[in-house]
Amino acid sequence: MVGPGQAVLSDAVAESVAVHGYWTRSRKAGLVYLLAGVFAAVVFGLATPAHETARFTLSVRSNGAGIDLPARVFAVAFGVVCVLVGAGMLGGYLKRRFGASTAVAVTAFVLSFLCWQIAGHFLPLVGLAQQTLYLAVPLILGSLAGVLGERSGVINVAIEGQLLTGAFCGALFGSIFASAWVGLVAAALGGGLIGAILAVLAIRYLVDQVVLGVVLNVFAMGVTGYLYDRFMQPNSAAYNTPPIFGQLKIPLLADIPVIGPVLFQNTIITYLAIVLVVIVTLALNKTRWGLRTRAVGEHPTAADTLGIRVRLVRYRNVIIGGLIAGVGGAALTIGSVGQFGKDMSAGRGFIALAALIFGRWSPTGALAGALLFGFADALQSYLTSMNSVIPSQFLTMLPYIATILAVAGLVGKVRAPSADGKPYVKS
Amino acid sequence: MSSDDEKPADDSGAAGHTPGRDDEPTGQPTPASRAGDPDAKPTGGTPKAQDGKGGTPKARDGKAGDPRRTRTAIVIDALTTANTATVTVLAVVLALVVGALVIALSDQQVLDSMQYFFSRPGDTFSAAWQAVSTAYAALFTGSIVDPETLNYAWWGMASWTQVLTPISETLTYAAPLIGTGLAVGLAFRAGMFNIGAQGQAMMGAIGAGLVGFVLPWPPVIGVIAAVLGGLLGGSIWGLIAGWLKAKFGAHEVITTIMLNYIAAPSFVTWLVVQHGIQQPGRNDPISKPVVDNAQLPHLFGSGLRANLAIILVVAAAIGVSWLLRRSTLGFEFRAVGSNPNASRTAGINIDRTYLLVMIFAGALAGLGGAAIVLGNTPNSITPSVVGNIGFDGITVALLGRGKPVGTVLAGLLFGALQAGASQMQVTSQIPLEVSTIIQSLIVIFVAAPALVKAVFRLRAQRVGTIGQNLAKGWNG
Repeated sequence: MVGPGQAVLSDAVAESVAVHGYWTRSRKAGLVYLLAGVFAAVVFGLATPAHETARFTLSVRSNGAGIDLPARVFAVAFGVVCVLVGAGMLGGYLKRRFGASTAVAVTAFVLSFLCWQIAGHFLPLVGLAQQTLYLAVPLILGSLAGVLGERSGVINVAIEGQLLTGAFCGALFGSIFASAWVGLVAAALGGGLIGAILAVLAIRYLVDQVVLGVVLNVFAMGVTGYLYDRFMQPNSAAYNTPPIFGQLKIPLLADIPVIGPVLFQNTIITYLAIVLVVIVTLALNKTRWGLRTRAVGEHPTAADTLGIRVRLVRYRNVIIGGLIAGVGGAALTIGSVGQFGKDMSAGRGFIALAALIFGRWSPTGALAGALLFGFADALQSYLTSMNSVIPSQFLTMLPYIATILAVAGLVGKVRAPSADGKPYVKS
Repeated sequence: MSSDDEKPADDSGAAGHTPGRDDEPTGQPTPASRAGDPDAKPTGGTPKAQDGKGGTPKARDGKAGDPRRTRTAIVIDALTTANTATVTVLAVVLALVVGALVIALSDQQVLDSMQYFFSRPGDTFSAAWQAVSTAYAALFTGSIVDPETLNYAWWGMASWTQVLTPISETLTYAAPLIGTGLAVGLAFRAGMFNIGAQGQAMMGAIGAGLVGFVLPWPPVIGVIAAVLGGLLGGSIWGLIAGWLKAKFGAHEVITTIMLNYIAAPSFVTWLVVQHGIQQPGRNDPISKPVVDNAQLPHLFGSGLRANLAIILVVAAAIGVSWLLRRSTLGFEFRAVGSNPNASRTAGINIDRTYLLVMIFAGALAGLGGAAIVLGNTPNSITPSVVGNIGFDGITVALLGRGKPVGTVLAGLLFGALQAGASQMQVTSQIPLEVSTIIQSLIVIFVAAPALVKAVFRLRAQRVGTIGQNLAKGWNG
């Protein structure tokens, strides 16, 4: 994203370590946006054919209501917006509005990039939004699992393994019982099983939680891969052709233009994900359970003194988290293509973890993070299908690069729950 | 420390000694307890895995400490106490037992005979025994030696090459694992969890492969250049993660895994289909093969796959051991690993340390990747050339407790497991993933010594476990 500005950036950062006074975080970010904006205006501007238009449509197809923009002009214009925001931050004018300025700068950069990419083509905004939500579902559920565990003080790096196990169980039991609902339940239980192993080993046997999570991922990869080779692949008609959840249109609401097709025309798992975000948010902040969870995650000794059973709260949260992540895994198989494939979660568990950190351990923040990465993924697959000049292999890097940028640059100083990762030993 | 030693001695009641007697002569710890010291001690002299090997030195030392105990009693005592060596061995046993269950329960004949389990339970058990014994026999003959071939060779009916094939396979599988294991282990010692060995190994394979076919190299120089290319490729990938951690505080668990996916499949799939890199006449993603002079020479003749890679990684392990124990830089690594804040106060530049650790770690993983491209046919870069060695390297490093010697031993063990697993696939059609399952189980059991202690009812003692330097979570 930064391109030629990178060397300058690292110099600037190196300097700022010595003199912290002038080079605040906002100024550093401003410099990056400034350089990125110049890059966008010049490179994307010049690369865009002069007389093409970029068409953004408010539907899933090329026709219908839409906006036609002269591609080159707007590629440059959005780059300039990015430059202006960057300059403002560098000059110290926007230091109170870091989040908003960042959002504007990043959006402008992305739009400039899009004007270049879809010059002479079209971008169906509604289709893109649908795809974003669809691809974000496993991430949303995975990061919710993380929220539940980590707010109570247990780090969950095993989200990847839970997604994979959920996806596997969903496909397997869905096929055996010829029912997507059975698959969904089995997927939840599969994720819950990994969650239970994590809970017992982390809480009872005090194993380092990050190490444990990574090893459980390897374990889940091994078990699902083994069973896939042993049973699923040789006999895929019986074991790997689960029925899938169709799209459930909510009457009336689905007919609202733009919002309707995006929000109210999804599979049951997507609705479940959105509902769970709301439930977990409310539960964490408004219920006794939520208060206890937060207490245990921040100061277990104090919570214990007040009679809260620290380990019990942690067990319950980690296992419930596993169940939720298992449902997220189901979204990969019975909520989508149906078939299971080896290692099909492809790092989504770790992206969910990044979304969790990006969202500062809150369910809504995690939702925002998950949507961001879902967007990167959706954009990637659309541009690939459009035969973009950028090689498709580089486009597939987009979600991963977005994750790194988010964790490295946009998040800033984060604070995990104080007791996160520390086993509680009653003294 | 000394009070720790007495406990098992008292419990065993080997000889009727008085506590007073016990206290007086020792002062120095018995080896059993030394082996049990936690990793966190940065000055820890001898690596544990070495300590824990075999009962003989233990018995001798113990005898010197307390002349009245019989040798047998001391050996039994050492074996039934939950020290690091015992826990490691029992963890392997336990994992193999669970592996056997997995094999038995996924065997078609076992499943068939389970249909009528209650009328003829014997069938199920004999089928299960059949499945497991065949599989584990293949595990042994595929990784150590096949007694039958040995017998034939003895009478001159088979060549010794055939006898040595399993060992050669084990060494071939072990070399890359030791490389990535060292990469993960070194980072561990500096308090970082490098789960990016997979991507670093991929970039190492790319670096080694590109250098290896770009020029018609002369002998010797070609190998050196290609290996250096591998080190460079891996270290660049490590550098990125280290830089992100040092400058932005980005947690390495997330950045390294993202870098894994960027390296493979994304980057490598693009790279190997480029003109000049793709193998002429091929449509699939595969690069030109490395020239002969840049390939790692075979150690025991062309009939056996074992090559120079194993020597290189052992040399690397010795280098890492020297670095950690004898050099200032290594001291800084360990200091930062033990307590970053104290290190900063003491004047260590911890950002620089993070950067350097990741560069070194990347280079080691790169060596692992290079070992595959330069050592094994088809000697080309493909998207899946490094297999799963990065993730396996995590298990190797965890089992080796981050120590170089332990990592080499763990790498040999897991190399044997993988060599045996591929033999198992041939004879019993058991998927290769069985080795992944067993590996991860071993590490889980080793990481939870309390669990192993409970299963085998061992007496309690402090056991060196893994990840103690890491238990910091996101805020650390």
